Amino acid sequence: MKLDRFCLVAAIAALLALIFPLSGVDSDTGKQVAFVGDIPGLAIAMALCVIAGAAFTWLGVKSVKAGVVILAIAVFGCWQATRVLYEYGVAGYAGLGFWLFIISLWAFVWRGIDVIANFRSLEPTKQHVANITVPIAFGVWLLFLWEVLVSGFGVPQVLLPPPSMIGERFVNSTDILAADFYQTFVKAVLSGYVMGCGSAFIVAIAVDRVPFLKRGLLPLGNMVSALPIIGVAPIMVMWFGFDWQSKAAVIVIMTFFPMLVNTVTGLNAAGKLEKDLMATYASGYWSTLFRLRLPAAMPFVFNALKINSTLALIGAIVAEFFGTPIVGMGFRISTEVGRMNIDMVWAEIALAALAGTAFYGAVAYIERKATSWHPSFRVRRH
Amino acid sequence: MTLKEVVNNVAEMPASKNAVVDIKNLSLTFQTADGPVYALSEVDLTIEEGDFVSFIGPSGCGKTTLLRVIADLERATDGHISINGVSPEAAREQRAYGYVFQAPALLPWRSIERNVTLPLEIMELSKEERVKRAQEALKLVELNGFEKKFPWQLSGGMQQRASIARALSFDADLLLMDEPFGALDEIVRDHLNEQLLKLWARTNKTVAFVTHSIPEAVYLSSKIVVMSPRPGRIIDVIETNFPKDRTLDIRETPEFLEIAHRVREGLRAGHSNDE
Repeated sequence: MKLDRFCLVAAIAALLALIFPLSGVDSDTGKQVAFVGDIPGLAIAMALCVIAGAAFTWLGVKSVKAGVVILAIAVFGCWQATRVLYEYGVAGYAGLGFWLFIISLWAFVWRGIDVIANFRSLEPTKQHVANITVPIAFGVWLLFLWEVLVSGFGVPQVLLPPPSMIGERFVNSTDILAADFYQTFVKAVLSGYVMGCGSAFIVAIAVDRVPFLKRGLLPLGNMVSALPIIGVAPIMVMWFGFDWQSKAAVIVIMTFFPMLVNTVTGLNAAGKLEKDLMATYASGYWSTLFRLRLPAAMPFVFNALKINSTLALIGAIVAEFFGTPIVGMGFRISTEVGRMNIDMVWAEIALAALAGTAFYGAVAYIERKATSWHPSFRVRRH
Repeated sequence: MTLKEVVNNVAEMPASKNAVVDIKNLSLTFQTADGPVYALSEVDLTIEEGDFVSFIGPSGCGKTTLLRVIADLERATDGHISINGVSPEAAREQRAYGYVFQAPALLPWRSIERNVTLPLEIMELSKEERVKRAQEALKLVELNGFEKKFPWQLSGGMQQRASIARALSFDADLLLMDEPFGALDEIVRDHLNEQLLKLWARTNKTVAFVTHSIPEAVYLSSKIVVMSPRPGRIIDVIETNFPKDRTLDIRETPEFLEIAHRVREGLRAGHSNDE
């Protein structure tokens, strides 16, 4: 008979967690901070882990239902672990018993996510739910681990604050974050992105039309793209002032070349056969451009748009380090670091991550709608 | 009917037909890094209205190049060519011909219907007219019902039929076909050959058809042009006189086999210069 090793680990670790001390000794009182016996919730969670672990070691986790049961137990365990940290004062004094319990939870979560990740259903909605659950569960588990490790070991907040603290700061400073978001993302990133990508697109069509531009401009563009953004940003601030215009200028410089090169490549993507076909219809330059060459170039154009969506945000934040009005995500990061408000820095980082992901996701979504004919997407349309 | 009679009958046909394609002493040389390549050499050919002309020969004999010169996709370096009495370029500008390539060359972002209406869009016809013509053309190749499908959702044979519908949609009198069924299996090919013949019989179009299959050439054609490579030239022109409503059964008749034999002899003679 084959034993489920993850559940075995979970059961043994939970059993040991009941035996070993939950927490270290408080240096002031000379006593252990907390005992499992004093915390009924935790004791129940640990016992559940031992029983469920032992049971599933023999039974095996064979269905999604079993996976969900395991995950439910793990969620209950995680809740009790955070309670122990913050309500019973174990934060900073976590002992071997506590970490063994975390290991037990880790084994359960791993096994549970594994089962759901391998779930295959012919019903699209069920499959969809499973597909979404896996990354969410994994992300939540990583946040929990971060929280527990930082609090359990008592890591100084200046080095790394726990996610709960960042979340709290995020929720409590929405007005500041909203202002920063508006300044950096809506004003600088979006306008710079549209100007950079738009002008590069038009120049690409011109370059494609005029051979001497192709020979003369492309190498120069290559040089511009190699300019270090750190060097260019202060100059742009001198030229265009402290406000969003200088950031938009930096973004234009950063996004121009990827868009130019990709569009020029894309305009040559239409096959010889298709061009001959258009020639047999006596199709003119613009007709062929709009009916054949631009549609064929779209996968390349969207590639550049996706690359640029992340480049633009990086460019705006870095450029704000070199002078801004007293608002903006980059400005906030640089000043709050100086004031040791690391939680605010992390809140801005979280905001940047959210904005960047949403921006990229939006472009990727439009791409999928616009180029659903492309082989890389049509496979998924069953 | 013996072959001689077939050939004689052709000779006695009324001379009222107009030359759609008139080629005299045509040559085409490609300049490459390895020196000149003589793709076509001193080609003389007349294609008359209502002809079904097949070009047959081994690869590299210039049959596709000749078709491309007719379509103004290549320019001859020497000699004279006229299409409907004008230059190939003018004929192309007038949209005098429909061209079917070896591959379907359907645009993947357009539905079958919109692929068929592509030339009509370029010709700036009205929307109703475009849809009407696309319906007719798709019906001719038995693809009605697939208008909203995308090319990749169709089999290879259906895609090629869609590309034929596209060439038919703007109703040019001359149809140029470059090995359109080369990539298809025997049964699909037979079926499409039959359909093509029916179409030809019904519409009285002039067809120039490149192939490297002898039975296909003999079955379809009213005139077979046998070519040989290096330099590409015409070594024999065989006229057949099968009725326009012929069926696949004629492939078993002695006349068919005799003409096929003559084509094969011609190909062999052209090839022996090489080895």
